[in-house]
Amino acid sequence: MNEENLLALQEVSYTYDDELGSRVPVLKDVDLTIQKGSFVSVLGHNGSGKSTMAKLMNALLLPEGGKVLVAGMDTSQGELVWEIRRHVGMVFQNPDNQIVGATVEDDVAFGLENMGVDPAQMRQRIDEALASVGMEPYLLAQPHRLSGGQKQRVAIAGIMAMRPSVIILDEATAMLDPQGRQEVLQLVRRLNRDEGITIINITHFPEEAVYSDKVVVMNAGEVLMEGPPGDVFNQVERLKAVGLDVPFAVRLRHMLAAKGIDLPFVLHQEELVEHVCRLLLTR
Amino acid sequence: MLQNIAIGQYVPGHSFLHRADPRSKLLFIILFATLVFLANNTVTYAVLVAFTLYAGLLSRLSLGYILKSLKPVWILIVFTIILHIFLTKGGAVYFQWGWFTVEERGIQQAIFISLRLGLLVVISSLLTLTTSPIDLTEGLERLLGPFGRIGVPVHEIALMMSIAIRFIPTLMEETDKIIKAQTARGANFTSGSLVKRAQSLIPIAIPLFVSAFRRAEDLALAMEARGYRGGVGRTRLHKLAFSWRDAGIAAAGVLLAITIGWWRA
Ligand SMILES: Nc1ncnc2c1ncn2[C@@H]1O[C@H](COP(=O)(O)OP(=O)(O)O)[C@@H](O)[C@H]1O
Ligand SMILES: [Mg+2]
Repeated sequence: MNEENLLALQEVSYTYDDELGSRVPVLKDVDLTIQKGSFVSVLGHNGSGKSTMAKLMNALLLPEGGKVLVAGMDTSQGELVWEIRRHVGMVFQNPDNQIVGATVEDDVAFGLENMGVDPAQMRQRIDEALASVGMEPYLLAQPHRLSGGQKQRVAIAGIMAMRPSVIILDEATAMLDPQGRQEVLQLVRRLNRDEGITIINITHFPEEAVYSDKVVVMNAGEVLMEGPPGDVFNQVERLKAVGLDVPFAVRLRHMLAAKGIDLPFVLHQEELVEHVCRLLLTR
Repeated sequence: MLQNIAIGQYVPGHSFLHRADPRSKLLFIILFATLVFLANNTVTYAVLVAFTLYAGLLSRLSLGYILKSLKPVWILIVFTIILHIFLTKGGAVYFQWGWFTVEERGIQQAIFISLRLGLLVVISSLLTLTTSPIDLTEGLERLLGPFGRIGVPVHEIALMMSIAIRFIPTLMEETDKIIKAQTARGANFTSGSLVKRAQSLIPIAIPLFVSAFRRAEDLALAMEARGYRGGVGRTRLHKLAFSWRDAGIAAAGVLLAITIGWWRA
């Protein structure tokens, strides 16, 4: 395996039993590699298997076929589970339902307590982790007094304290207001850039994927597309066919093209504005 | 509407009692409760009352806070007093009206038993008023630790308590939301017969239960993802440590026990 690949799924398949006892394949021979230090976005509509894939990545689920490798460790080797979960942190959708501690410091301590970290060292790691998400003033706050975005930042601090290699956000911004979503996104972008943490952001919002190194599109348990955001979002019709939206700038350019106005491909709204203005001036 | 409810009754502070170790406070309360039941004459009760007043001073809480703790039990206290005055007979007769008498023993028992109740309530609220729920759980877990060896799931019980502490405010907020939502749909929770009102709680209880189970499932997953694997090999952030204050509490306990043992009839 390539050293640069922090995470690798090799022909991974997974099946759930539904209520009637029949077997529903949820992942079908998925191959995927995640490079160390990269920012990856995963798109796909409900039920396409995104959460299942995330759970396979930190041994919450074990693959039925194929292999999941985390930093070279096979998740199906029982004794490695704890080390794998330390490497791969997960932030879930509902901010309320993932905070265990009655205060912020207790919550950040939870993972460290599970790891058996020495209490004296714990203090320092909690302070560092809270500083890295900008929540130091809330050390003793009760979680229910925080905003949704702040709760998600506390959840991220709880992971950062464990010194992870990867943070997977499973629709962690879905229940937040626009401001909370910005807070969380800016934070993970900064952790990716400054601390070299690999980020896997599972999301419904195509706008969130614009800044990533790689976009993975899931459909019906398979990887439908995979590549840099420019390449993936350029295939507007193909995405539309599986019920997925594209970033606003891409959609607008596509609509203008249908009306015979050709503009260069861009991902960001500001660039599109630029091109439109230039076009208006030169006409 | 429900937002302002504090968890427990903890009032933050830095008094002697606030800073004492929760374990010594818990152990002291067990001793105190035993002594309250051993007291049986004026001297011993006077000693206990004096001690409780002193403990109240040590908490540096206003008298109002401490007396508020008696609110839920005052009916019980009044009831005890009336029962003893009317039914306990013996000693001199103070008052007679036909077959009805008020006698010395009756008055004495009324005072003693109501004091007993009052003292127990006040001293245990001094514990909850000066100890945060987290410290309390922590103290309980450590005190019960030895029972773990005979199969008592001490770690699990303590974890359950701390998760309850964490989720009470969340569920309160949720109850509030559900009440508002159901009220908007025309539900009425404040009038009608008792049965009607009890029935109207069903549309609150059911969504609350459904969501609580959903939360529990999510939380279990989140805990597992953060490497939770039970109490074995786990360390704790909060390290409880005894100080001179706890030596003081222990000395007070011994002194109190000797005094009561010496003077009880
Ligand atoms: N615990 C489960 N038991 C049975 N089926 C499940 C379970 N979890 C998910 N599924 C099914 O697996 C499919 C994929 O789910 P999921 O991975 O959560 O998708 P996504 O996160 O992309 O919405 C869905 O059809 C869902 O109904
Ligand atoms: Mg999902």
